[in-house]
Amino acid sequence: MSIIKTAVGRRSFLKSTTLTGGGMMLGFSWLASCQSKSEEEIMAMPKEWFEINSYLKIGDNGVVTIYTPNPEFGQNVRTSMPMLIAEELDVDWKRVIVEQAPYHPENFGFQFTGGSRGIMSRWEPLRMAGASARHMLREAAAQLWQVPVDEITTDGGLLHHVATGKTAGYGEFASAAANIPVPEEVKLKDVKDFKIIGKSQKNVDGKAIVKGDPLFGFDYHKEGMLIAMIEHPPAFGMTLKSIDDSAAKAMPGIRDVIAIKSYQDDFEKGGFDANAFPEIVAIVGNSTWEVMQAKKQLRIEWKEIESHTETINGFRGKETKNIPAGLESSADHRAQMQEVAGRHGKIVRKDGDPETAFRHAAKIIERSYSAPFLAHNSMEPLNAFAHVDGDKVHIAAAIQIPSLIIPAIASGLGIPPENIEMEIPRMGGGFGRKAYAHYVVEAALISQRVNAPVKLVYTREDDMTNGIYRPTYHATYRAALDENNNMIAFHVKAGGIPESPLFANRFPAGAIQNYLAEEWSIDSNISIGAFRAPRSNFMAGAEQSFLDEVAEAAGKDPIQFRLDMLKQAQENPVGERNDYDAERYAGVLELVREKSAWGQNQANVHRGVSAYFCHNTYAAHVLDLIMEAGKPVVQNVCCAIDCGIVVNPDAAINMTEGAITDGIGNAFYGELTFKDGVPEKKNFDKYRIIRMAEAPKNIDVHFVQNEINPTGMGEPPFPPIFGAIANAMYKATGERQYHQPFLGSKEVLG
Amino acid sequence: MANFNLNINGKEYTVEVDPSTPILWVLRDHLQLFGTKYGCGIAQCGSCTIHLGGIAMRSCILPVSQVGSQPVTTIEGLSENGDHPLQEAWLAHDVPQCGYCQSGQIMNAAALLSANPKPSDEEIESAMHGNICRCGTYTRIKAAIKTASASK
Ligand code: FES
Ligand code: FES
Repeated sequence: MSIIKTAVGRRSFLKSTTLTGGGMMLGFSWLASCQSKSEEEIMAMPKEWFEINSYLKIGDNGVVTIYTPNPEFGQNVRTSMPMLIAEELDVDWKRVIVEQAPYHPENFGFQFTGGSRGIMSRWEPLRMAGASARHMLREAAAQLWQVPVDEITTDGGLLHHVATGKTAGYGEFASAAANIPVPEEVKLKDVKDFKIIGKSQKNVDGKAIVKGDPLFGFDYHKEGMLIAMIEHPPAFGMTLKSIDDSAAKAMPGIRDVIAIKSYQDDFEKGGFDANAFPEIVAIVGNSTWEVMQAKKQLRIEWKEIESHTETINGFRGKETKNIPAGLESSADHRAQMQEVAGRHGKIVRKDGDPETAFRHAAKIIERSYSAPFLAHNSMEPLNAFAHVDGDKVHIAAAIQIPSLIIPAIASGLGIPPENIEMEIPRMGGGFGRKAYAHYVVEAALISQRVNAPVKLVYTREDDMTNGIYRPTYHATYRAALDENNNMIAFHVKAGGIPESPLFANRFPAGAIQNYLAEEWSIDSNISIGAFRAPRSNFMAGAEQSFLDEVAEAAGKDPIQFRLDMLKQAQENPVGERNDYDAERYAGVLELVREKSAWGQNQANVHRGVSAYFCHNTYAAHVLDLIMEAGKPVVQNVCCAIDCGIVVNPDAAINMTEGAITDGIGNAFYGELTFKDGVPEKKNFDKYRIIRMAEAPKNIDVHFVQNEINPTGMGEPPFPPIFGAIANAMYKATGERQYHQPFLGSKEVLG
Repeated sequence: MANFNLNINGKEYTVEVDPSTPILWVLRDHLQLFGTKYGCGIAQCGSCTIHLGGIAMRSCILPVSQVGSQPVTTIEGLSENGDHPLQEAWLAHDVPQCGYCQSGQIMNAAALLSANPKPSDEEIESAMHGNICRCGTYTRIKAAIKTASASK
């Protein structure tokens, strides 16, 4: 049993409130708790972390409700969060209702989904809230029954005193518990005593989803609402020049055509205000189809942008970006990357003496890898509802980081942030794209201009061509082997347009005596941003393909080769800033080796292995490929994951299956190219997404069992699958895969 | 603009819209039946799948003028209480992630099972080829279709 403090000094993570009408309400901060932190560490935490932003309510009827500040986009947090509360509170988790809290900074603070932080950041706070409420209920019962509190036990939402035979539901004591002081410390259960955590529970919204209930942002409806669409420049590097709206305005059902400027000149952009098209045209009408038709009648002149700089005040502080003029093409990008990759980059990490080691090498292996821009293509296209009514603003938008878009909305409308209310409906996929919520600003500006409630919807084409894309990347790896085939030096040089994907302190840094990491980047006017497991989604595939090739050159089994390196990193690490735990890394490789029966080869089954660490979670895959008439068919993926304690195993397996399937799809087909600034794919007829027949026939997921606090699940299994498929394709065809997409529009290999 | 009498999920509706309006937008904008989703608008993703006279159709490219008197079924009308064998199998396998594609997947699978109650894996794959799930829940969708098929 671990004891956890709920307050330090004047800083408290919990606050009790009485409810009018009875019951108790416990406010808590979901960003932080005191467990395993020293007093100094706690006092050094940002003040916002102590903001009460979530509430646990126990009504007189015994119903438990959690108000969560966290938007949902398919990671099942609406199911896993009640599980954590219910575990410590000792109630049936199905009686715990989760309500999406509206955006309200004073009550709910910073709201964020992304970076697989969902469960991680709430693991302790939710359990603390549950345990504290249980403690207060027991105290209240002890006082009324006049028995020692230690003798009061709980189960399934009931309080018992065995000696006197007294029993009562939580509801009966909820109002009394509200008057009990919040405990200064509470005991949390030991992992071995968990009854709910670690047992698979079904998605609480499953039924509503299969019935087709209107859960999503795109389904938002309000009486009298108008429909808006936008027309943005056809090419990156262009902006609005002039509009001839006469034909469009004459179309049936059209209310207005307006030019929108999304950001005021004095507005300081934050890290998620990326948007290549701040000046666009909006068209507003009565119904979607009418607006779609009239949109085609807009006659707009566009002009090329001039080179400029943009200052972004993001998580890393102020940064200035160069935005070059010009209409970019993928062919030029490839040539530019080739050229810059041939020069020296910026040295980010250097251990030992890599130059000398390479000079003395018996064998040097050098390979380059690349990957294209990718569009997120969430199934639900971008959309937002806004109603600006005088100086009051109502927004309903499925976005990943509600808090961060408020300043842009407030600045654009000239309305103070506290007048903005935001509802957060369910999100039909995000993958990073819906963290960049310029479309919410657009919706608000349109509503203000037409003075009516408006739902802005992007067509699929708008969604795909107004992207905040995964950048295009390039990496060159070199390895030096001595005459005994020991790897004596490792060199990675990585870059991209417009950012570098490098993580200099990740494996194999730390596992090799002589190590050099360099990076570079090339400016671009194409807008980019986070995409499921940013940067890792390229680096993992490149690195793991390369290590496979080095292992082969060294005559070693690819899993053993990696394990040997990890042994070095564990026993005798090189450098100090290694970003991974070599033992856990090796753990997933060992587990996947065992579960996949590695080494027992079957005729005509080609296996590839890959492992990676990102977002605090370790994942390893063994992928089995067969060839059917020249077509690669993924028969099985065996996956081992170490994400600490698995809160909801079946949901974690579902996420992993999805990440694996998504990764295979992107590795095979994912690609967005540009010609003179114009995205060359606009819809799913050209942009190929993996379909059922191409998905793995079977996926086996295994978790490392341990008692480490849970870490992210949405992203970590995604990056390494690129390496597993590349390595299996090599086994099948004898050809290494260096450039994504591996198939593109090709159906067969060879 | 013209008036159209439609039979949707067993109920009669009259709407006044342009004859070229796809039934998808009639359902969503005019009748507030939001279960049928928009994903691509060009018959490439299957999110908008409905049944027209029992046959699976992409409602995004089906003009209202072509519906005539044929009955339309949407996800809201697939079963009385969300208890069609496929809906139950979907829950048993906990298929959805974001969930956006799933009403289209279920409608397409329902048409498959009524035409072919015991499909093979290959038949499932080929019938479901037009339905994209960006979250990648295909292995579960296939398993759920097999469960529903076995339960009949
Ligand atoms: S919206 Fe109809 S098939 Fe995609
Ligand atoms: S569940 Fe998200 S698109 Fe299928």
